Amino acid sequence: MSAVLTELGIAFGRVAFVMFFVLNMGGLLTWVERKQSAIMQDRIGANRASIFGLRLWGLFHPLADAIKMLTKEDFLPARADRVLFTLAPFVSVFFALAAFATIPFGDVLRIGDREIPLQAVTLNVGVLYVFAMLSLGVYGVMMAGWASANNYALLGGQRAAALMISAEVAIGASIMGVIMVYGSLNMQEIVRGQGWLLLGWIPAWGIVLQPVAFVLFLTAGIAATKRIPFDLPEGESEIIGYFVEYSGMKFGMFMMADFVETVVIAGMATALFLGGWQVPYLVADGIHFPWGTVIPLSHLAVVLLQVGAFVLKVSVMCWFLMLIRWTLPRFRYDQAMRLGWLGLFPLSILNLVATGLVLVALRG
Amino acid sequence: MRSRRLSMHQRFYLVEVLVGLGVTAAHFFANLARHTARYVFGRRDVHGAVTIQYPEERRPYSPRLRSLHRLVRREDGSPRCVACMMCETVCPAHCIYIVAAEHPNPDVEKYPARFDIDLGKCVFCGYCVEACPEDAIRMDTGILEFSSYSRAGMIYTKEILLALEPAGPDGVPRSPVPIPADRHP
Repeated sequence: MSAVLTELGIAFGRVAFVMFFVLNMGGLLTWVERKQSAIMQDRIGANRASIFGLRLWGLFHPLADAIKMLTKEDFLPARADRVLFTLAPFVSVFFALAAFATIPFGDVLRIGDREIPLQAVTLNVGVLYVFAMLSLGVYGVMMAGWASANNYALLGGQRAAALMISAEVAIGASIMGVIMVYGSLNMQEIVRGQGWLLLGWIPAWGIVLQPVAFVLFLTAGIAATKRIPFDLPEGESEIIGYFVEYSGMKFGMFMMADFVETVVIAGMATALFLGGWQVPYLVADGIHFPWGTVIPLSHLAVVLLQVGAFVLKVSVMCWFLMLIRWTLPRFRYDQAMRLGWLGLFPLSILNLVATGLVLVALRG
Repeated sequence: MRSRRLSMHQRFYLVEVLVGLGVTAAHFFANLARHTARYVFGRRDVHGAVTIQYPEERRPYSPRLRSLHRLVRREDGSPRCVACMMCETVCPAHCIYIVAAEHPNPDVEKYPARFDIDLGKCVFCGYCVEACPEDAIRMDTGILEFSSYSRAGMIYTKEILLALEPAGPDGVPRSPVPIPADRHP
């Protein structure tokens, strides 16, 4: 009985960590977006919300947003499909959150003789799972557009779905190169494979072995999150998008889904291209520098370093995605589609062919 | 109009994207360092932003700025206005309303029994100031904040206009901001 409870507790803990991490990152990104854009543009940014005169550089703004969105009128168009209209934002958020489940945030944590893999779900086909969850987000968008009983929303939903599909095909094709190099669909195995050293000192991270795939993946990833420069499904004020009829927290959930997807893309880029939880030269018993110096570390310190490295890498990726979002102008619809189908997709296939040729040449 | 031909690396897009990201990232890090110096290490002289935090910080206005009107008094405290109706006549927005009355002093022919300006209509053209032969109306209070929740609250009477002071040499208003009757403080 207690064994079952322990198992349940561990499983719950793993899922709780991932949920805590993703939701908090998503919430914080609303603050980061405001402050980072402000600092990039020589402004100060959100700093008005205060509790007892304490402003903390606008950190209370996400809280104020939540209160505002929960207390706003929950509007439902007269001819809308009640069930689908209510379900659509939940579908969007659910699949965005579920996508993070197989991204490993650390190696194995050993407590006594028990080995706990630091990953919400251990799955042999983790990469395919993330890809499937990201793709299913399209349904939320389509449902929102259809159920609004508004032709503009319907067209917006179609536009968003077309863009997301064109991007996700490119994501899938660009990841294939990484899968070929590391020979596994298991995210944990891919991250472990990135712990090798090339020529004795270069970490064999995905970005080193598959630089083209990294650029393609990042571009397609931004398009899949529907953010600038690919935010043509949205643009709240200037383009009428699929959530034109949504108000209050339902609208907030669509925005949240975007931020969570940003975290997921950052997490995937980290796991597949930036070495995941790998710290260069850190192995199970300490840091082994290539010139021979060894710093021994306890198991717990190693695990904490790895989890810390993962969080840091995801944060840096989120920062970079924000930097892109506040630098580039928006693509026109036909340009984005052309980029997806005639740019990213063929280039990913070319990258795949080149990777295959190199692998055959190396392995005989 | 013929569009300018783009060079090869511009058409490739990615290089230019990286250059652009470099520009914005440079701004980010430079301003981040300045903000850190200002808010963490208390260096008040360092500015990380070009914006002004409006209610707390105010931009100095030009002395030529046309702000809220005021009526000027004579040495003895009575209004300089002689109710000649020049300003009311010249006003393109018809926002000035004057009721003239006989003045007890035989040297002064008339005085305004009422002098209302409807700021909801006023276009701040300054014609009333130009037209006045007695220099009785000026637009130098430096006050720009006089919103109201109703049209009635935008009508400023003679008493309010006489109570206003000119702005200081730095352009900062010296009279308190007049609160229209219906505004909730």
